[in-house]
Amino acid sequence: MAAAAQGLSVRLLDEAPQAGGQVYRAPPQSFGAKADPEGIRLRERLRASPVTTCFDHTVWSVSPGFRVDALRPDGTVSFTARAVIVAAGAQERVVPFPGWTLPGVIGLAGATIMLKSQGLLPGRLTLVAGQGPLLLAVAVGILKAGGRLAAVIDLASRAEWWADWPAIASRPALAARGIAWQLKLRRAGVPIFYRHAIRTVTQTESGLAVATGPVDAEGAPLAGAGHEFLVDVVTVGNGLTASTDVTRLLRAEHEFKAVRGGWVPTLDADFRTSLPGLYVAGDGAGIAGAAAAARDGWLAGLAAARDLGALSTAAYEQRVAPLRRAASRARLFGAAMAKLMALRPAQVAAIAGETIVCRCEDVTRGELDAAVREGAREVNQVKAWTRCGMGPCQGRICGDIVGALVAGRGNGRHEAGYFTGRTPFRPLPLSQLAPLTDYADLRLPPPAPL
Amino acid sequence: MAHSDIAVIGAGAMGATTALHLARAGMRVALVDRGEICREASGVNAGTLTLHMTRAALIPYAIKGRALWLSAAEWLGLDVGARSAPGFSLAFTAAEEELLVKRAEARAAMGAPIRLMTPAEVCTIDPGINPAICAAAFCELDGHVTAYLTGRGYRQALVAAGVTLVEKTPVVEIDRRDCAYRIIGRNGTQLAARRLVLAGGVWLETMLAWLGLHIPVKCLTNQLVVTERMRPVMRSVVGIANGLLSLKQFENGTVLIGGGWQGHGDPIRGGVEPIPDNLIGNLQLARHAIPALCEARILRIWLGLESETDDAMPMVGALPGLPDAYVIGCVHSGYTSAPYMGLLLAQLILGHEPEMPLFDPGRLIRSTAAQPKDLP
Repeated sequence: MAAAAQGLSVRLLDEAPQAGGQVYRAPPQSFGAKADPEGIRLRERLRASPVTTCFDHTVWSVSPGFRVDALRPDGTVSFTARAVIVAAGAQERVVPFPGWTLPGVIGLAGATIMLKSQGLLPGRLTLVAGQGPLLLAVAVGILKAGGRLAAVIDLASRAEWWADWPAIASRPALAARGIAWQLKLRRAGVPIFYRHAIRTVTQTESGLAVATGPVDAEGAPLAGAGHEFLVDVVTVGNGLTASTDVTRLLRAEHEFKAVRGGWVPTLDADFRTSLPGLYVAGDGAGIAGAAAAARDGWLAGLAAARDLGALSTAAYEQRVAPLRRAASRARLFGAAMAKLMALRPAQVAAIAGETIVCRCEDVTRGELDAAVREGAREVNQVKAWTRCGMGPCQGRICGDIVGALVAGRGNGRHEAGYFTGRTPFRPLPLSQLAPLTDYADLRLPPPAPL
Repeated sequence: MAHSDIAVIGAGAMGATTALHLARAGMRVALVDRGEICREASGVNAGTLTLHMTRAALIPYAIKGRALWLSAAEWLGLDVGARSAPGFSLAFTAAEEELLVKRAEARAAMGAPIRLMTPAEVCTIDPGINPAICAAAFCELDGHVTAYLTGRGYRQALVAAGVTLVEKTPVVEIDRRDCAYRIIGRNGTQLAARRLVLAGGVWLETMLAWLGLHIPVKCLTNQLVVTERMRPVMRSVVGIANGLLSLKQFENGTVLIGGGWQGHGDPIRGGVEPIPDNLIGNLQLARHAIPALCEARILRIWLGLESETDDAMPMVGALPGLPDAYVIGCVHSGYTSAPYMGLLLAQLILGHEPEMPLFDPGRLIRSTAAQPKDLP
């Protein structure tokens, strides 16, 4: 909207059926469920803007120059553009434990999507575990939707929630909501165990048996009595990582920032990547939360408009000054939340050898360690030697954990690197990508020499 | 500065095989690479073992190379997933059939057991193949290797043989002083070696320039596509007479689709990006050959760099005018032949008569204008 307001022709592509992303996700219209009012306002503004929207479009490739290829319900389509702003958001991260791949164990973000998009409870009796603000959001969401909770297992201590109080209090509405959530859980009699984590989940005839136990500040398991629960669903998440599929594919520069969720594209103050014409805004540039994402998105749109000549530098500076102040306030709050979501190295180091790390290809921690012992020093070599990250998720789920494990074996995250970006960003049905044509109509290059 | 008997620059299958045989024969070997072992063409190629598309003159080498891959567990120490499978080259049109017959004859004359088959015979051997073909050539000496495991196999063997592996060390310069080559890495590494082997694939043109030799090396950027795991849809290695397709299904159910369709890339940036239209063309061809691929989901696309000389024939042998310096590379179907080509070069370096003739790089030299520093 910011770029379009400057007279640029703007096309917005999203794989979802409506705008709103994860935070302002719209429930299906037929459900009649109430959407978040901010989401409704956002969609109304978008409809009234000159932006051309393309929903139900799964982008599977972005080529330099730029060409954007997408799959929509009736087949493939491609667009060209002078500039591309990537606002791909974040990806859920789970620190693996025995049983995390069982049916009935789902991510916190996954549970959010079920609650928001379908009004669906993940289960009748749910255990909520992990770290960060999603923990409380999901727990309260389940209670509001009429579900029951066995417990909330929080990796952080109660003190950690208050450690960044000035930053949190900078967004009074959000801070108040967080406090209200805590009260609601307490009133509902839901036990909250701070500095605890799931040890194992096993499938029994009567449900999922969860064993939890105490951890230290770095996430390492501590000796001491834990708790046992019998539930039908476990939702667990260890924060978010930036979705960097596009910038990794285009070989933009990246840097490792643990408190922003891991590897993120290197950006200048105007959201430019190292590739001219390519911008990133929102959690895809590093976890900073929804409030910052909206403001940063507006700034990135204006920066692109200026770079493409639709806005003079003077007009640009005038417009961005107040926005920048609001954005940096929003980022302050986001940073406090991101800190609570950051990966705790000792928790990763404690992953047992027989635990599956890559759930698509069933690669265990022990197999990853063996590859590193044999001399693989970078995650892409580990990928080649173990198939870790070669499955349908393309390493989106395990990538950050694999990086931490490879780095933990004597080299740093920088040397361990990140999975090379590859197309397609999502698995593509071959029949849609390559419709059946008559053999004579195929345009073939000349044959190889004899 | 570390001293070796020989330094091999480039840790792909060519360089690694050469280094392995030299170390096993008692030489102190340093193997240097800008990245990690076998992460370029040797680790990302389609792993096709096929005689249908091997240049006719290279058939005897490819037959030897294929046998070495299949027995890798014995001489390398790790089974890198090499499997024997029947191989077909298909023709869908009369023009392709003509090409197919010509290719099959040329290869059969060089010793490849290739013969023509009727569509009915083909479908008996592999019912997954489109019965609408008009002809096919059959070869029982085909198969495939899991290319991404190559580096793992070689690294174990090299370490066991005592090779000094110098990975993640881009070389910037090579000079010669005190009867030794001095190899200077970008990160300050310096190595000295009495002998030198250049095994840099598409980077050979740059490497040869360090020694003052100008030999043009063309860089092809080949596109590869893999599907998600799927039900068995084929049991042979399948190509098309025009060479624009290679197809196989691995034991894990994934189908690898290649054929040399081009993407964007160059030796400096590596394989950068697929070209969407080439991807679609490659997939349409694959779908014609194996109709059940319409059920597949495309999982990943990547690019591998292939090197080629002016005459599309390899360079394997001593570099003229330079003492104890050798080159190996630019072998068409190079992955298939690599374990054998490396063995042949090691035989030459060790002072033996190579089992089969090598490929004199001298024929390709355009100029030797700039001589390296301090050459005797």
